[in-house]
Amino acid sequence: MEHHRPRHLTAVLLAVLALGACLMVLPLVWMLLTSLKTFPEILRNPPAWLPAVPRWENYRTVWEGFAYYRFFLNSVFVAVMVIAGTVLTCCPAAYAFAYYEVKHKELLFAALLSTLMLPAQVTVIPLFKAYAAMGWVNTYLPLVVPAWLGGNVFGIFLLRQFFRTIPKSFIEAARLDGASEWTILWRLIVPMSLPAVMTVVLFTFLWSWNDLFNPLVYLHNEATYTLPVGLLYFIARAEQLTGGSAGLVPWHLVMALATVMVLPVIILFVAAQRRFVEGVTASGVKG
Amino acid sequence: MNDRRAQLLWFWLFAGPALAGFALFSLWPMLYSFWLSFCQYDVVAPPRFIGLRNYSYLLMDDPAFWPSIKVTLVFTAVQMPLAVAAALGVALLLNQPVQARGFWRAVYFLPSILPQAASVAVFVYIFQADGGLLNRLLALAGITGPAWTSSPVWALPVLIVISLWGFGYPMVIFLGGLQTVPRELHEAAHIDGAGAWARFRHITLPLISPVLFFNIVMGVIGALKVFDLAYAFGAAQGLIPGGPARATLFYGLNLYQQAFTYFHMGLASAMAWLLFAVIVVITWLNFRLSRRWVHYGD
Repeated sequence: MEHHRPRHLTAVLLAVLALGACLMVLPLVWMLLTSLKTFPEILRNPPAWLPAVPRWENYRTVWEGFAYYRFFLNSVFVAVMVIAGTVLTCCPAAYAFAYYEVKHKELLFAALLSTLMLPAQVTVIPLFKAYAAMGWVNTYLPLVVPAWLGGNVFGIFLLRQFFRTIPKSFIEAARLDGASEWTILWRLIVPMSLPAVMTVVLFTFLWSWNDLFNPLVYLHNEATYTLPVGLLYFIARAEQLTGGSAGLVPWHLVMALATVMVLPVIILFVAAQRRFVEGVTASGVKG
Repeated sequence: MNDRRAQLLWFWLFAGPALAGFALFSLWPMLYSFWLSFCQYDVVAPPRFIGLRNYSYLLMDDPAFWPSIKVTLVFTAVQMPLAVAAALGVALLLNQPVQARGFWRAVYFLPSILPQAASVAVFVYIFQADGGLLNRLLALAGITGPAWTSSPVWALPVLIVISLWGFGYPMVIFLGGLQTVPRELHEAAHIDGAGAWARFRHITLPLISPVLFFNIVMGVIGALKVFDLAYAFGAAQGLIPGGPARATLFYGLNLYQQAFTYFHMGLASAMAWLLFAVIVVITWLNFRLSRRWVHYGD
């Protein structure tokens, strides 16, 4: 049909897309511009659109002055631990569900998948009670341990789908060569499935990095905060932290923090756009 | 590996951790919270069975329960159709032969994966009464904008706008669905004289009905479960969560506050189970209805 499309229609199409794209990007541009302004500049009326001189010191101010690097490192630590646990337990689980013939396997898999429907609100209260009894509140264990027990069910689903496309003859051949199941999984199947594994790693990162609910429930000590809680905490205490400038929030610093928080996600997205898109598409395909 | 017992052993070695996680972090807490929903429990004293009193209190006496349901339903009824329509619209545009499709897709998709705490902070600043970008732009046109985020009338619409920024996720799912529609069908219909609308209505729509259905159901469930968005919205303005004046007291936020601010854990468990029951019903309806409405091909 594209051969009969009039030229002006293509131009209209591009114009609509570009206009929408500007709206999508505008908040991010404003965030970045604001993060480079001075306090007087964000208060001025009529507004200063651009910073007179980009103030990169804002980033050092929030990074060192408000110990923001701590929130950043906390977030990185939690994300790394969660990703490691996810890969180490989801790959074997996906392999088991893809290749072994065991009684009630489909039923077990359906039970596992059904947890995707279970809202966090249903499980959080008993879990909080148990963690509190074990002294896990204010530690990262409640955020990390579930990941080490195959907590990323979507990851298991995605990997199993991918593993199933690998011909069984590969595995049979490796078994005849005397390779153990463990070796077959990590030396043969996982390397052949790197795109799917990467997709799972990226989505696990997103869930961990963006999560506000769980850190809010389990972390009550400033020193343990991850970025999302840290950002809101910073806004709440901004007046005190910046020397109490009469109820004014130092939005330039808040936007610098937001930029620090958003940047890793943008970088990963630019580097691996296809993996993200595949992951999202896969989540829709099963519907 | 034809030995059944060896297979069973390896199965449990490999899938065991995930199944243990299922039992410990999903099944047990789920059943336990069902029990708690019939108890009075404040963390300090052990749970005490009180029958259906949590449920009857919620439905009849709780001043926050029905307002939070209203906020959630209004949000769902407005946000989900707008998000699905925007996602489908942009996906249809991107499915045309357009230059730099990957770039456009990236721009529209990116906001949906950003941390909501950060996006909400950015939007709260943009919607600020004094010094916010929006009111500054309005002032250039001679209009005095309201205090968007702290007005009980505007707060919920603002939250809807913020969440619409994330329509890129269903959009990518639509794109995946659209790319499975065979070009030849469109070409053939075009030759037979079918217009653009007729082709969309009779070819594209039936073929993408599974993803349309999926996006609608996920949109509804996501809207019912809203938490991060609403919590960050209050926190970024130093308001009591759910403010101003309960205008953004979403069900999930109300539940969180009952549980972790007031330690009404039994009551919160009852709320959680009501939410879960609704989600189960929606999912069940989804299976029933999709068989009738959705065209899954052959």
